[in-house]
Amino acid sequence: MEAICLTYDISPDDFTRAGEASSDVKKKLKQMGVGPEAIRKVAIAMYEGEINMVIHANGGKIRVEITPEKIVMILDDVGPGIPDVDLAMQAGYSTAPDEVRSLGFGAGMGLPNMKKYTDEMEVETHLGVGTKITMVVNI
Amino acid sequence: MTVKDVKDVLKARVLTGEDLLDQEVRSACGSDMMSDVLAFSKDHSVLLTGLCNPQVIRTAEMLDIVCLIFVRGKKPDDSIIEMAKDRDLVVLATGHRMFSACGMLYSAGLRGGAI
Repeated sequence: MEAICLTYDISPDDFTRAGEASSDVKKKLKQMGVGPEAIRKVAIAMYEGEINMVIHANGGKIRVEITPEKIVMILDDVGPGIPDVDLAMQAGYSTAPDEVRSLGFGAGMGLPNMKKYTDEMEVETHLGVGTKITMVVNI
Repeated sequence: MTVKDVKDVLKARVLTGEDLLDQEVRSACGSDMMSDVLAFSKDHSVLLTGLCNPQVIRTAEMLDIVCLIFVRGKKPDDSIIEMAKDRDLVVLATGHRMFSACGMLYSAGLRGGAI
């Protein structure tokens, strides 16, 4: 199997559509016959990232590369950047406004959860420029 | 227990998935915070929530939830029901509060799964 690349534009501030990209990736991985455990990890990690992009970062782009060995997700946004990544990685730390909490998100579990469900995760962030998160799930 | 048992215990209404009630369910989680559901859910098959928006359906989808239960008489709109239908997700609605609904299912044998 050659590497398959999927790319998605994530719309800003469209909370209703947030998660469509993750949903599509999940469906495609299932069609490709990827194992359920890897699919579950990819789905949860990518969905958390996608929600974050909508809530915090004015949307962005997601690229998913699928090879027989692994699934790589690259989430790229031009949002405000993360001032303190270590703090953001702490479970329960959140900067989400109350309106986001009333929608069921913003418990401060997003980044820690993305790390928990992936085999590798790298966060590159620059204040005022954007954030790029690369996550790998081994198959 | 099956989804139908869950429905009967809660005397819940089926909003979609009438033909999917014979599926087996083993454990459940209850929360209005989808962030926490995503963080703490481990192969749960039932999700109870009072939150009523499209992201509840998406969260259920990502976690392979079989049956979603809206508690406290919450009424999801048609677009939410349609989303659930497309994903073969059973959606139930009950007037019971979260605590009571969880307690009734626990008493009937459904468990919360490993910590």
